[in-house]
Amino acid sequence: MQVHLRNPTRVLEIEGRRKVHALLTELGLNRESHLVIRNGTLVPGDGELDATDVIEIRPVISGGA
Amino acid sequence: MNPGSKCRTCRQPAIIDLPRHNANFCAEHFLELCRRQVIKAIEHWKLLERDDKILVAVSGGKDSLAVWDLLIELGYQADGLYVGLGIGDYSDVSGDYARRFAADRGLKLIEISLRGEYGYDIPTAAKATRRVPCSACGLSKRHLFDKAALDGGYTALVTGHNLDDEAAVLLGNTMRWEIDYLARQLPKLEARDGFPKKVKPLVRLTERETAAWCVVRGIDYLVDECPIAAGNKHLGYKATLNAMEAESSGSKAAFYLNFVERMAPLLAGHLKDDREALRECEQCGSPTSGDVCAFCRLVATASAHERVPVELIMRGRR
Repeated sequence: MQVHLRNPTRVLEIEGRRKVHALLTELGLNRESHLVIRNGTLVPGDGELDATDVIEIRPVISGGA
Repeated sequence: MNPGSKCRTCRQPAIIDLPRHNANFCAEHFLELCRRQVIKAIEHWKLLERDDKILVAVSGGKDSLAVWDLLIELGYQADGLYVGLGIGDYSDVSGDYARRFAADRGLKLIEISLRGEYGYDIPTAAKATRRVPCSACGLSKRHLFDKAALDGGYTALVTGHNLDDEAAVLLGNTMRWEIDYLARQLPKLEARDGFPKKVKPLVRLTERETAAWCVVRGIDYLVDECPIAAGNKHLGYKATLNAMEAESSGSKAAFYLNFVERMAPLLAGHLKDDREALRECEQCGSPTSGDVCAFCRLVATASAHERVPVELIMRGRR
């Protein structure tokens, strides 16, 4: 699957299927600070990602206070 | 579709998991949960009245657009205020998101340009004052939000501070035992001389939830982080809290919401009453403890400094 990340912006190619929480763990990303989006739709933690999916992992943390 | 991922309410396929609620939700019932949380905050802390004339501080990011969207959806009358901070392309793009949101919904957006109206921008202010950029940014926004609300006859100033923001500020203030700041860290600050009522309707929603609200509602917002906020203490506190949240769901909500319910009342008596000590700024008339307010001093210092490109500040913070 193709995974689009930010901060810094980059694209990763990941082989095979994954559950969302497994993908986040593999990438060292906290689920509380990210959303996973496929075709404009959110995918929950136990959602299955296909090998051909294009995924955006969107950080949700803002720095201002 | 994973058969285990069902909405707690309707058993349709879920789009989001919310560990702190120990549940998954479909789009419809996730939005419903968010509305309920905002209504609960407004009603419990008496944040807003139905006839309040509301000004929402809008940055173009997820939280401010989400709170504006929610308030309009809940039937409140709310205009937006965007302050152009002059943080390079970041500010240009953030302004576009705010304008597009307002235009698409026929909402009124008031705009203030720091460079255009006060002769400085945040990178220049940071360099001129030799302080972190977030300091000049916060000071500028607080002053201009208050001023715009009072000048426009608004009865409530709304900001998009969410549960993560408040928990992070609470952690920072607790680490230093900043009693006066702790005593003021409430979802509502009442109006007083020279200050409008300030409320935070999103304090029961995490920023993952406000971001998800925007995605589900189709709200296009600026995802990228402020380029000169990187590495600030606030982000460090958030990372710490999210690491704790990963180990124990609901920790952030318990930390902040229990503070407001149990600790803040005990601190109320410690709130410094500085009203008698406040007078009008000689230059702008805003409340201040000195002759000239901190904002006017910042304007004087920053506007006299040669313009500093944002890249220079970014290099210094890497």
